[in-house]
Amino acid sequence: MTAPAPAPRPQRSRLERLGESLLEGLIRLSGVSAIVFVLAIFFFVFREAAPVVFSRNFDLWKFLFSIEWYPTSASNVRYGTFALTVGSFAVTALAMAIAVPFGLGAAIYLSEFCGRRLRETLKIVIELLSAIPSVVWGFIALTVTSKLVVDATGAAVGVNVLNGGVVLALMSVPIIVSIGEDALKAVPDSYREAALALGATRWQVVYRVLLPAARNGLLAAVLLGVGRAVGETMAVLMATGHAVHIPGSLLDSVRTLTANIAAELGEAPVGSDHYRVLFLTGVLLFCITFAVNIVADLAIRGVRRRG
Amino acid sequence: MVNGSRTAPPPAAPAAPARIQVADLRLSYGDKEVIHGISFDVRANEILGVIGPAQSGKSSMLRCLNRTIEFVAGARVAGTVHVDGEDVSRTRDVHALRRKIGMVAPLPVGLPLTIYDNVAFAPRCAGLRDRAELDALVEHCLRQAALWDEVKDRLGSLGTALSGGQQQRLTIARALSHRPEVLCLDEFSIAIDPVTTMRIEDVLKELRREITIILVTNLTQQARRLADRTMFMLNGRIVELDRTDVVFSEQPGSRQTWDYVNGNFG
Repeated sequence: MTAPAPAPRPQRSRLERLGESLLEGLIRLSGVSAIVFVLAIFFFVFREAAPVVFSRNFDLWKFLFSIEWYPTSASNVRYGTFALTVGSFAVTALAMAIAVPFGLGAAIYLSEFCGRRLRETLKIVIELLSAIPSVVWGFIALTVTSKLVVDATGAAVGVNVLNGGVVLALMSVPIIVSIGEDALKAVPDSYREAALALGATRWQVVYRVLLPAARNGLLAAVLLGVGRAVGETMAVLMATGHAVHIPGSLLDSVRTLTANIAAELGEAPVGSDHYRVLFLTGVLLFCITFAVNIVADLAIRGVRRRG
Repeated sequence: MVNGSRTAPPPAAPAAPARIQVADLRLSYGDKEVIHGISFDVRANEILGVIGPAQSGKSSMLRCLNRTIEFVAGARVAGTVHVDGEDVSRTRDVHALRRKIGMVAPLPVGLPLTIYDNVAFAPRCAGLRDRAELDALVEHCLRQAALWDEVKDRLGSLGTALSGGQQQRLTIARALSHRPEVLCLDEFSIAIDPVTTMRIEDVLKELRREITIILVTNLTQQARRLADRTMFMLNGRIVELDRTDVVFSEQPGSRQTWDYVNGNFG
């Protein structure tokens, strides 16, 4: 009895192997390209701003911490962005104070407490909400909510921090809800069942198991909401009154960094100091969002280490 | 070894009150009935062994006791389960019921919390806040589950990072943490080495003085070692429920039991 000749081991063709390494290279390229794009954007924005930074009569300290923004003054041009930065922070902070509790609450409700049919309906509505263009939000802010603000508070003008914060909150809530719901849904059902089997109530399951387990995703949801609020331009331009001014109360008008760039860039002559300072304002915005992301990243790591 | 684990423990007195009464329990998943009307009692302070091949309804039966079967979509339960005289389907506080019945699942699910928080989870849900009391309880439960020595220096690390066998013992500690009156163990020793299994079995024998234990196992010898009475289930029916020494004797009540216990089934 002779053993049958062993069949040759199956081997992939050269073409297949080549295709695979090609694919791998492509994927690597698209991953690396993200870094390239970010660096490129930073580079080009900074290139436009650079001449003014290195000019003799530019004072970085004044740019950051002076509240005097008179870019077109005939006698004494001053570029202080502090009031704009404070305006951006004020509106964003108010928007987040409203949007984070609402958004996370809605995400928890959708993912844990609501029936299947209601959930599908709500998700469609929320997606519709996030599809509304920001100029439409600005229009609503200008014509609808500003009147409500005047009626409710008796403020002199309806376009102010409160109005802008409310509209920005409305714009960020859909993002927080949909990302937050995804994060909660990603927690395996086995955790829920194990916790319930130990006699936990549904609410105890949420705050003892799901929130800790989904914290990274929930933080990402909040951050994307913050990103939307900080970066939003058109709606805040229309909603906040556009006054360069450190707000003393929620009912004062403000101007944000983004709205300032949008409103003035068209009027500034290309290559002028004003034009370059506006680009520098863009660099400042870039740095702020970068800092927010770093802080959040560190926060997540810190939480993880303790956990 | 003479009067050690080999000999069956003395049977519980026939007059022992029933802790759990199951009457005509039926369970279907969708259109498919998997438990076909079973009735049995679990007596106070006994260890009831449940043996039977896969798909015979052992685990599903356990999940009917604390109503965790409700998590399975499409599961329908008929018949009644009484725990200490209370109909579980009408109980006012299902969370209290689930704390009364500790459950250890065959696939351990460590909650994504620290080891300490895993064990302290149920007591905290029940309202225990006192740190010293929690500390003592956590240590006690981890010792009972034969896990304390391995994890005492890293109670703050994630429970999900433990090995499979350690996670299984963690779920045992967790099931003991809410001081259950009935403990249901479903294949608790799947991933646990024999020596540690023996240590836990000794703990179970100790625990019998305080609580009632239902032990579902594929290891018939484990039922023989531990159980006062043994129930043999097959295809969603009870073939036999009798004293363990009878079930494992040369003349059990059913030929099928003898075949299964002696490993020449089917």
